[in-house]
Amino acid sequence: MQQQPSSELLRVEHLTKIFQIRHGFSTREFRAVDDASFTLTAAKPEIFTIAGESGSGKTTLARMVLGMEQPSSGILQYKGRNIADLSLGEKRAWFFKEVQPVFQDPFAAFSPLKKIDHYLYETVHNYKMAKKSETDDYVNEVLQQVGLTLAEVRGRYPNELSGGQAQRMAVARALLTHPSLIVADEPVSMLDASLRMSVVNMFRDLKEQQQVSILYITHDLATAYYFADRIAVMLRGWIVEEGPVEQVLGVPLHPYTQNLKESIPQADPDHAWSSEVDLAILDTDEYTRKGCRYAGRCPHVMDVCRHTEPPNVVAQGRTVKCFLYTEEHAADAAPVQSAVESSND
Amino acid sequence: MPTIVEVKDLKAYYHTHAYGVERTVKAVDGITLNIPEGQVYGIAGESGCGKSTLLKVLLGAHKPPLYIVDGTVRYLFDDAQIATLSLDQNTLRELRWKQVSYIPQGSMHVLNPVRRIEDIFHDFVAAHQQVTKAESTELTRTYLRELGLPEKVMAAYPHQLSGGMRQRVTIALATILSPKLIFADEPTTALDVIVQRGVIQILKEIKRREGSTFILITHDLGVHANLADHIAVLYAGKLVEEADTRTILKNPRHPYTKYLIQSLPRLDDRTTRISIPGRPPALDNPPDGCRFHPRCPLAIDKCRTVDPEMIAIQPGHRVACHVVTEAPEEVSHAATA
Repeated sequence: MQQQPSSELLRVEHLTKIFQIRHGFSTREFRAVDDASFTLTAAKPEIFTIAGESGSGKTTLARMVLGMEQPSSGILQYKGRNIADLSLGEKRAWFFKEVQPVFQDPFAAFSPLKKIDHYLYETVHNYKMAKKSETDDYVNEVLQQVGLTLAEVRGRYPNELSGGQAQRMAVARALLTHPSLIVADEPVSMLDASLRMSVVNMFRDLKEQQQVSILYITHDLATAYYFADRIAVMLRGWIVEEGPVEQVLGVPLHPYTQNLKESIPQADPDHAWSSEVDLAILDTDEYTRKGCRYAGRCPHVMDVCRHTEPPNVVAQGRTVKCFLYTEEHAADAAPVQSAVESSND
Repeated sequence: MPTIVEVKDLKAYYHTHAYGVERTVKAVDGITLNIPEGQVYGIAGESGCGKSTLLKVLLGAHKPPLYIVDGTVRYLFDDAQIATLSLDQNTLRELRWKQVSYIPQGSMHVLNPVRRIEDIFHDFVAAHQQVTKAESTELTRTYLRELGLPEKVMAAYPHQLSGGMRQRVTIALATILSPKLIFADEPTTALDVIVQRGVIQILKEIKRREGSTFILITHDLGVHANLADHIAVLYAGKLVEEADTRTILKNPRHPYTKYLIQSLPRLDDRTTRISIPGRPPALDNPPDGCRFHPRCPLAIDKCRTVDPEMIAIQPGHRVACHVVTEAPEEVSHAATA
């Protein structure tokens, strides 16, 4: 069925999703994901984080990767094949096995009226992953990969499990089909702090032991820094900075990433904030803004940012969408910046 | 530092009776606290540890099936001492918003969607004071300006504002009558980090300006680190540790607090973090003795049978743990405190 084996697991190129919003007779375009590009290689599994605040388009991007949403334009290929071109039959036979989702709230993912092991058996049956006589062994084996056993969960209803256990069940269900890619949308944000790290550590072990790549969608930069390999930071549909997590979060270059990192409250009195933020900025017009979408809040804003979309610049081992790092602007960024600050008052 | 809220041996249980099954959930079980005036007092704990129940009782807003089984809550204002749990509705109504205010969880959804912000403020102020529309508008404008919020929001409807701005407007609304005591239940949960930072800043500004006392409930220790002066850690309906913020975060003594702080991911460290084994107990059938003992690596025999008391190991640092308080070098501290 596959025409050519591809070295790329997932290829996202200039991917755009436009929603049409109708207001009476007028229609407005809303670019939820705008010109996003990144690639996951098949050779080496990795955890790729898409980080962003609410409304940044990260979930829309995840839904497109899962084939739940049609891209408006751009390339979205899984193992060299366009996801949008797959027929439903092909999706069932191949794509749904290969790419599996894990969602935010495990208790919303499982019906409270069904026993939770039912989902495991149903998945095994639907994708014919094991013979009937071997189903129990197979299910148990997969459950052990997420730190559970069949004896623990057999015959239980979802409300009998803790949040961490229920989320492990959701991951176990996803693993049953031997996927190459798991798309995890905020998988730990509903979990309590004392259980969260056990699930995060499990994802890390899965990557290493089961060779599964993980597309981790989150707003939580601290967990992303902890276990991701690469990160793409999204702002209002754009990927503004993308690269290895140590570089992007260690020394962020884009002013938005810098602000984001600085704003994470750290449980450490030595890292308490010293500076103040401006509360008077209304940021509701950022989707429709000409030029850079961060220009209204950016402390380093230049004239060019207000009317021209910034290019993607490769700098210090990552891609960053900002004029500050282009050759022609790097030199005059500093003087312009101070001039703009004084004119803002 | 004078105490403004005094909580003594408070027990509040949920009694339910459904389909012939009686259940008692001991959500708050023997909590004793003194909240100092003019400070931000943080209450930390995971979901289901009883922190929201505690807040309801402190506010005098408990309703069946939540019953006060034992204990007292007193507000110690300069001019009056008020036994909160025995107030009638009219007195509570007098007290609320003017003296005692409350910022509810998800408070960005409390604004009336069909009224402009200035009208919402007028409704609110007029319900407590004799004011004309012009006066309340002026009061609102001045207060919003003081807090650094844009004046433009006054003419807007709630749906025209972003979630973070709505949250800040709600906080302004809850504090415009200069209450002495402000209860905030997860004021920043479900907000983006940048927005959250703005909300924390506005709470700090109100505290600085009005000298109000805050009781801040959140599960996020990062928020506590940036806002609270003291932290009390709750586990399964009981207080396990209480100290100033720096001590709790830098030198926690209770095994639960230690685990909780160690498990937090940090932005400058990628070494492996371990979660606490097990899960929090169900509060309708909590374990005997120390409620943390089934998950505790240090548990001794006594922990399984005897419920530990809160004991001061240093002035201002109380811990409920047999292992910590009985360690020889600590006994002397406990005796002096």
